[in-house]
Amino acid sequence: MSDTGHSATAGPGAVARAHPNYVMVWAILLALLVVSILGPMIGIFWVTLITAFVVAVIKALMVAAYFMHLNVERTYIKYLLFTILILMLVLFAGVAPDVMKRAGKNWEHVPATPGAVEPPRH
Amino acid sequence: MDAGPAHVSGTAGHAPAHPEPMSFWRKYVFSTDHKMIGMQYMFTGIVMGLLGGLMAYAFRMQLTFPGEAVPGVGVVTPNLYNALVTNHGSIMIFWFAMPVLIAGFGNFLIPLMIGCDDMVFPRLNRLSYQIFLLSTIVILVSLVVPGGGFGGAWTAYPPLSASAAYNHTPLGAPLWLLAVALEFVAFLLGGINFVTTVMNARAPGMGIWEIPIVVWMIIVASILFMASVGPLIAGAVLLLLDQVVGTQFYDPRGGGDPLLWQHLFWFFGHPEVYVVLLPALGMTAEVMAVFARKKLFAYKIILYSVFATGVLSFVVWAHHQFVAGIDPRMAHVFTVTTLLISIPLAEVTFAYIATLYGASIEFRTPMLWALSFVAEFMIGGVTGIFLGASATDIYLHDSYFVVAHFHYTFFPIAVIGFFTGFTYWFPKMFGRMMNETLGKIHFWGTIVAVNFVFIPMFITGVAGDHRRIYTYQLFSQLATDGLGRLRLVSTLGLIVMLLFQLVFVVNVIVSLVAGRRAERNPWRANTLEWVTPSPPPHGNFAEMPTVYRGPYEYSVPGRREDYWPQNVPA
Amino acid sequence: MAHIPLAATRSVTGIPAGRLAMWWVLASEIVIFGGLLASYVMLRLQHPDWGDEASHTSTVAGAFNTFVLLTSSLFAVLGHRAAEHGDGPRAARFLWMTVGGGAVFMLVKAFEYTFEITHGFTLFRSVFWSFYFAATGLHGLHVVAGMVAMGLVAVGARRGECLHRVELVGIYWHFVDVVWIFLFPLLYLAK
Repeated sequence: MSDTGHSATAGPGAVARAHPNYVMVWAILLALLVVSILGPMIGIFWVTLITAFVVAVIKALMVAAYFMHLNVERTYIKYLLFTILILMLVLFAGVAPDVMKRAGKNWEHVPATPGAVEPPRH
Repeated sequence: MDAGPAHVSGTAGHAPAHPEPMSFWRKYVFSTDHKMIGMQYMFTGIVMGLLGGLMAYAFRMQLTFPGEAVPGVGVVTPNLYNALVTNHGSIMIFWFAMPVLIAGFGNFLIPLMIGCDDMVFPRLNRLSYQIFLLSTIVILVSLVVPGGGFGGAWTAYPPLSASAAYNHTPLGAPLWLLAVALEFVAFLLGGINFVTTVMNARAPGMGIWEIPIVVWMIIVASILFMASVGPLIAGAVLLLLDQVVGTQFYDPRGGGDPLLWQHLFWFFGHPEVYVVLLPALGMTAEVMAVFARKKLFAYKIILYSVFATGVLSFVVWAHHQFVAGIDPRMAHVFTVTTLLISIPLAEVTFAYIATLYGASIEFRTPMLWALSFVAEFMIGGVTGIFLGASATDIYLHDSYFVVAHFHYTFFPIAVIGFFTGFTYWFPKMFGRMMNETLGKIHFWGTIVAVNFVFIPMFITGVAGDHRRIYTYQLFSQLATDGLGRLRLVSTLGLIVMLLFQLVFVVNVIVSLVAGRRAERNPWRANTLEWVTPSPPPHGNFAEMPTVYRGPYEYSVPGRREDYWPQNVPA
Repeated sequence: MAHIPLAATRSVTGIPAGRLAMWWVLASEIVIFGGLLASYVMLRLQHPDWGDEASHTSTVAGAFNTFVLLTSSLFAVLGHRAAEHGDGPRAARFLWMTVGGGAVFMLVKAFEYTFEITHGFTLFRSVFWSFYFAATGLHGLHVVAGMVAMGLVAVGARRGECLHRVELVGIYWHFVDVVWIFLFPLLYLAK
């Protein structure tokens, strides 16, 4: 660990950081992986959903915070990434009503009804 | 190139010297110097722009004189017509407006205006151009392969674009898509370079509110591009798989959805128009401040309005899809957001006009172009209101009213913006002054002619002229003499406008060869690029500048001169 | 020999230029994968019958690959710590271990693809499989690109050159890992 504020290898403006116990972080990530695999085996829909996706979000945040050092990075980068994620939600919110609707008041999405149309053979 | 002086200056640093002379290849073809790369983009873009203009000539002649051979082109078949219309749009946006306005001027100006010696990643810069050049070659190849060029419109909606059985261009369609994808990659890399450079490499003393507005605009444009192009890249990968391999991402028979493509496309497509608008707006502002000899009015408000426009631009996209069968409740939402987005841009226009109020205006060629930008763009902006409201759009969609609207926005952006910047920065880029008389003749000819091209289209559009149809002879209510005469006026206007560009070409050649040598700062401007010699040497500044004030201190009371360069100490 | 421009040595934001640029690269990559995955989610929610198709993806292979990528990320960050201490050869060793993890990942994917295709679960069988191959294929291309970049940085690091690049290529690799963290539940667990 360098005792001056700047690390010679890291370029101007960089500050040597305190390193967390990376192996500990890795072990927690593996434990979460096991949880997400066991969850679907229980068979309850909501448990599967939570263990699969909530765990994924937690794992991603941990990798971002500890491995990518986002927790000690300048706030501006966190704002940037957060804004981009919000943008993806905007995309989803704007497109989903069209792509996910199966039928309206006066119409039916015939090709999307299973079994209604024979898919072309390849 | 030449060896710069070797002394160190203060804390701002000095440019490293290049003692050895460079070969032709290293200096012109494989250069990593941002100015040379900017020239490369500019030159490629101008050539492609001319090609796009000639395509417009060909298809307008077909519309005006249906079935007759077009002089210089031959008979325009329906498939050729579709290919011309598609590639005119694609080329003008992706291979003319973007490379010239963002990559060309951005590359040349940014390091100069922020007071450093090059971009932060010069080799990445060169790679970006090489990928861009490859994309240019691919799009040109797509025009001449068997089957012809892709004819599914620049919007490439499936199932037409996804299936060669429908579009009859089994090679042209994937090549077109590949060319667009490569262009996106080139501009993603370039955008990262620009943003990192402006964020990190500014001269000492240049805080974010001392950055010239054209630099700000190019940065915001780069960010908008980077944030919006991702879903389209994903969608393009899926479309390419549909075209080449036969998957059914966009085929409802297999479980896909064609509307998905439309949304992915327009999620990018709408911010894209602001990506090209902002640099042109920025250049106009720079030129206006210099030739009005007056501070740019409300610089910060302009920037906040531009940020607001950028944010809003991400939530207006479905106004391109009002009649595509989208959920009508979403149409309500998008109508409101679309009408809202006109407000910050109107604010910017008011700020520009306020800059002129009480100013002593010098009507040189760049200023004429800048003033005409505001006037012409306002027509485009105002007619956009009719299209942003879903009720009127239901009638006007896919008519020539839309074509006229977006040409009254795109033409100022791409063409007027280009000429504004080019005539203003020509002395810096080439070390010569352009001929004022030729410049003014070119200006008036172009501006008058372009209005004759597009005003009739508002009328014919409301009368029912469809877009993207190779002849109106099949529709009795459109094959009338009155409408035919209006179409003729448009076409004649286009021919006159194209002919006047010869004046520009002559002006460029004459000025390069025999123009008066330009001094360091012929326009008496404040920004840092005018500190360097014309043209700037490798490394730009002999001594890296330090900045003491904002870029718009013109006609400051109590000073002897009416300008106050940023790098001059108080 | 290309010189480093003065511009690259300045840092008004306080973040080194390379790292700043890498974050912007990640931002644009998030939008690419985000768009792809958002499209998949929308179509998947509209087609409950895709659940039957999805039951044929190998959860074992997916879970193992998740483990492989997480471990390779650990090696990457350990390499970064070594580089910060100036130990180039040690950092290079960790980077090569990360590359090895990537190779194992691609090998498992190769076996998976072969098994799936020979059992009739091709790209064309249903749009679910089209998405499966497109998403994992695009991710796989990013893994390979990361492996190449990491190899190049490792070669330099062993000589003690450009050690700051160890962190940058590591950030990219962690992003590739995060994408897989989301692909795993979307394609393997949601059945």
